[in-house]
Amino acid sequence: MGSFLSLREAVAGLVHDGDTVALEGFTHLIPFAAGHEIIRQGRRGLTLIRMTPDLIYDQMIGAGCARKLIFSWGGNPGVGSLHRLRDAVEKQWPQALEIEEHSHAAMANAYAAGASGLPCAIFRGYQGVDLPAHNPNIRFVACPFTGESLACVPALRPDVAVIHAQRADRQGNLLIEGILGVQKEAVLASRRSLVTVEEVVEEFGERSPNAVILPAWTVTAVAVVPGGARPSYAHGYYSRDNSFYVAWDEIAKDRGRFQAWIEQHVMRAELPA
Amino acid sequence: MNYSAIEMMTIAAARALRNDDVCFVGIGLPSAACNLARLTHAPGVTLIYESGAIATRPNVLPLSIGDGELCETALTTVSVPEMFRYWLQGGRITVGFLGGAQVDRFGNLNSTVIGDYRRPKVRLPGAGGATEIAACCGRTFIVMRQHPRAFVPKLDFMTTLGHGPTGRERRALGIGTAGPALLVTDLCVLEPETECNEFVVTALHPGVSAEKVRENTGWEARFAKKVRESEPPSAHELETLRELHARTARAHGTAAGE
Repeated sequence: MGSFLSLREAVAGLVHDGDTVALEGFTHLIPFAAGHEIIRQGRRGLTLIRMTPDLIYDQMIGAGCARKLIFSWGGNPGVGSLHRLRDAVEKQWPQALEIEEHSHAAMANAYAAGASGLPCAIFRGYQGVDLPAHNPNIRFVACPFTGESLACVPALRPDVAVIHAQRADRQGNLLIEGILGVQKEAVLASRRSLVTVEEVVEEFGERSPNAVILPAWTVTAVAVVPGGARPSYAHGYYSRDNSFYVAWDEIAKDRGRFQAWIEQHVMRAELPA
Repeated sequence: MNYSAIEMMTIAAARALRNDDVCFVGIGLPSAACNLARLTHAPGVTLIYESGAIATRPNVLPLSIGDGELCETALTTVSVPEMFRYWLQGGRITVGFLGGAQVDRFGNLNSTVIGDYRRPKVRLPGAGGATEIAACCGRTFIVMRQHPRAFVPKLDFMTTLGHGPTGRERRALGIGTAGPALLVTDLCVLEPETECNEFVVTALHPGVSAEKVRENTGWEARFAKKVRESEPPSAHELETLRELHARTARAHGTAAGE
């Protein structure tokens, strides 16, 4: 049963040094506030998993939270590079970052396999390309029925999944609308899960019978954090702050400027609500 | 009407899409071209973005692959695992539209690193959806600005298989889809030669010399027996593209897609 906690209590209780952590959200509903709380609490040695490590992982990597990154596309969408990620990979600042790199299809299948309780994911991919030579977790198996060579990657089974959703009801059930990404799979694949929400409602009310709902008993903790996905967006609540994504490029280019930004906007920030 | 080389490239790429295509759209130049096609000669084209939006009709170009605009104007939006499993891998997509940092003469693409993988000179974003888009779509179109650092004799890293390092590997692997069928640049249009699969210039954009194409190609550029001149942009194409970019700039406060 998901229990309602403050963001501080939830991160303290669920995210430990050395954990494998997946903060998911595909452009939409990126759990920025929870990521910032992980930085504030000084977590170290995390293995971070995310299909699209954008600004939130750039910030966590630059702040020294991570020792390893498992990902499939690392950039600032529509803007350019992630300078903190590149500095860690190219110059080991603030520390070396091990990377395990995949394609989107591999990561999406690996989350689905984790949610399905399978040890690995099998799909049609990675034929004739260079990544399998650099990532020993990409292998090939022959289909026992047709002989076709299929790509195989281990299932993703994070210690903790962290996502942001629009609403919880009083029982702690969660409703997600809009671009869904891999959040449902990430929660169901993980041992523990933390969901931040825009608001708590008495009842979800009118909705499609096919609405995406995570029952309360699939989630470890819920924290109410209005605006918790900013500067990404929450469908029905607020739109993406594109100008911040553009501004981040300059902030992140320079180590000193980045550190000053983290100090001012994360370390000394008031918790939302 | 005067027009820029980038406008010519986007319009030439848009013209390659048909009304009955189901198209998997990459962000940036492909997104501009695909939406231009939808707003001009191919109103029925089905545009699909990897964030899960199916049959989307965005009024402005998305800055990111998962912008709310894509979901709000889509027929339906599915999860990312469903998108890659049922729709892409399931063989429902006729055309994948891709870009990259480097392309070689056989339409293989690099969007991973410049230099050595473990000690890169430049770390690029990585594969994203491209590897399996190129494997699973019926065929792929590539749109890229042409210069010698991008059009290279040998990729630093094979992110996405085109026809293979010697043009034969894709067929040898038994991949059932056609692979790269068109490469549109700001200078010309290239298509793979039958059998050897090397991309050769089949059309020069108006005012572009063969010499200029040679100078901007990192391998020895070859030309088809008959090289056409690309039809210059029509007033309708140009106006539609410029209105799309103007709406996009107003919405984002920045020109997305370039």
